[in-house]
Amino acid sequence: MTAVFGVPLPAILGQLMLGLVNGSFYALLSLGLAVIFGLLGVVNFAHGAFYMLGAFAAYIGLQFLGVNYWCALVLAPLAVGLLGIVIERLFLRHLYQLDPLYGLLLTFGIALIAEGIMRGLFGASGKSYPVPESLQGGFNLGFMVLPIYRAWAVFASLTVCGVTWFLIERTRLGAMLRAATENARLVQAFGINVPLLVMTTYGAGVALAALAGVLAAPVTQVSPLMGSSLVIVVFAVVVIGGMGSIIGAIVSGLVLGMIEGLTKVIYPEASNIVVFVVMAVVLVWRPTGLFGRE
Amino acid sequence: MLKSVTGAFGAILSLYAYSQAAAAGDQIVIGDIDDLSGVYADVQGQGGVEAANMAIADLGGTILGKKVIVLSVDHQNKPDIGASKFREWADQNGLNMLLGGSNTGVSIAMAKVALAKKVPFFAIGAGGASLTGADCTPYSIHYAYDTTALGNGTASAIVKQGGKTWFFVTADYAFGTQLQEAAARVVTANGGKVLGAVRAPLGTTDYSSFLLQAQASGAQVLGLANAGTDFSNSLKGANEFGITKTMKPAALLAFISDIHSLTLQTAQGLYLTTAWYWDLNDETRAFAKRFFAKMHREPTMTQAAYYSATLQYLKAVKTVGSTDPDLIMAELKKTKINDMFTKNGYIRADGLMVHTMYVMQVKTPAESKYPWDYYKVIKVMSGEEADGAQPDPACSLSKK
Repeated sequence: MTAVFGVPLPAILGQLMLGLVNGSFYALLSLGLAVIFGLLGVVNFAHGAFYMLGAFAAYIGLQFLGVNYWCALVLAPLAVGLLGIVIERLFLRHLYQLDPLYGLLLTFGIALIAEGIMRGLFGASGKSYPVPESLQGGFNLGFMVLPIYRAWAVFASLTVCGVTWFLIERTRLGAMLRAATENARLVQAFGINVPLLVMTTYGAGVALAALAGVLAAPVTQVSPLMGSSLVIVVFAVVVIGGMGSIIGAIVSGLVLGMIEGLTKVIYPEASNIVVFVVMAVVLVWRPTGLFGRE
Repeated sequence: MLKSVTGAFGAILSLYAYSQAAAAGDQIVIGDIDDLSGVYADVQGQGGVEAANMAIADLGGTILGKKVIVLSVDHQNKPDIGASKFREWADQNGLNMLLGGSNTGVSIAMAKVALAKKVPFFAIGAGGASLTGADCTPYSIHYAYDTTALGNGTASAIVKQGGKTWFFVTADYAFGTQLQEAAARVVTANGGKVLGAVRAPLGTTDYSSFLLQAQASGAQVLGLANAGTDFSNSLKGANEFGITKTMKPAALLAFISDIHSLTLQTAQGLYLTTAWYWDLNDETRAFAKRFFAKMHREPTMTQAAYYSATLQYLKAVKTVGSTDPDLIMAELKKTKINDMFTKNGYIRADGLMVHTMYVMQVKTPAESKYPWDYYKVIKVMSGEEADGAQPDPACSLSKK
């Protein structure tokens, strides 16, 4: 058997594959964060909570309303995105003129409230969400069995990342958005409804988090704490990629997932902190992040 | 400013005095400190409280003219919370006896409080054998099961069937490591070999990378030294990644609540060791029926043990005619335990309740004839066979 650093190759390939799966979740989550931060300047600490609410929306839909996985994939992000819009309208909007710290505190509070409510309703132990029938089973890759569902999750999240990047960087709508963040007044003077644009953007960013939640539901447990354990890593990913950089969020999400996977074979004890080590190194070397603009 | 501070201080003092008065001996107070919201919440949780209340109701609700009440709190799997709540109840609420829920780490911390406060402590949900070994106290009773019995039951059954090489996925705290040690001892003693182990944090939801490490070891048996949702998540992952096709999973601790949530389709064929099963005989079925009417699920072995421990404690109070902890402990240690939980159980010098244990195999969906018909008995182990006849030499009480 071939070995690298004394570790058998199949083990490395297996962990890399898992890293890719995790990385695609990082990418999707940090993408939403990057969109919100890049275009609104809000440090959205509630992102993990929206991810959790997306998973719960899917779970509630399946258990109580008979909504299957495929419908949940559309409906849950819509529902949670709407909630995001309500929150933007009622609270967040008033904080744009203030220091970003206020937005951070507000969203952090919202995250705590959302977690508390879900814990009260469903307990902390988590609910399991079955893998949809058409995605059960696995491919035998030789070095490991890759469950079909995880392959699907990677595919779905990469597709969504690609589409979002295209929307923002290559379309007229995206151009308007970027212009509005540069100079809101001027864009408004051209007759574009900037507050509406900003509100929709926040809703879309939140919907991305909820979509990640639905994709993650069959992989992990649907639990009130699933978001808070992930959001810190995702913030590190965004910082590494460069705050607000769309492509940075996607690339660094995937790469960090795989670095984490590699660490699990080479030195497992460090796998929980490797992301933060990378973050520290990147911040020293390039304070704006890998893809960040000055 | 000073005035308001002294005022507040006075108010606190008077509140304290009030709670002291309320606790002054007109009640028998039983405490339950358990994981009510985390990975082990389904193992006993609210069902444990219900079982204790059933025992109280069966004895008429009052003993020696005192009303029996149950206090319950969530320790959130944090030893400091468990120990400080125990201390608070002992100091302020007149606690007479404590039922300890899941989590060996928390129970070890609470055993120290039991010794300091002289409160009889029934460790039920926790499995770590050190509770009657290095961590034993004169006031601790390890009631339902321990890691030694689990190893002697499940691990020896699997090694004898040819599962010689093992890899462990272990919960990363006192319980997991003690369970792994107990199982590894049995594996090596029976000519098997442990190829490796990986420790996963309590409450891990995605076991995929740990499981791939297990697979890479080439071992025949996947030893799951964990419990609660950790157990069901790791087994689900093993199925999903096709690992159960090449490795035989060994459930070193599984409760019927886990099997229920996993479904027979996933859990069929598993070996596990249990102290009690609802469908063993008429007596167990009668208890289960009453429990089911309230909780809408069959009781786990530890919920049954909550009932039994409460019953035996209150009976001892009745016999002794007081709640004096030393008299009660002496009475409990000399009396045989006979109820629907076990027959002829007895409490060893080190505090372990020695009783019959069962090695079970989970039925296939075809074998299961009615709801919750999950286990078939593979082997009945006497208490001595499960835990050894001699008290644990690591316990200071054993040397008398």
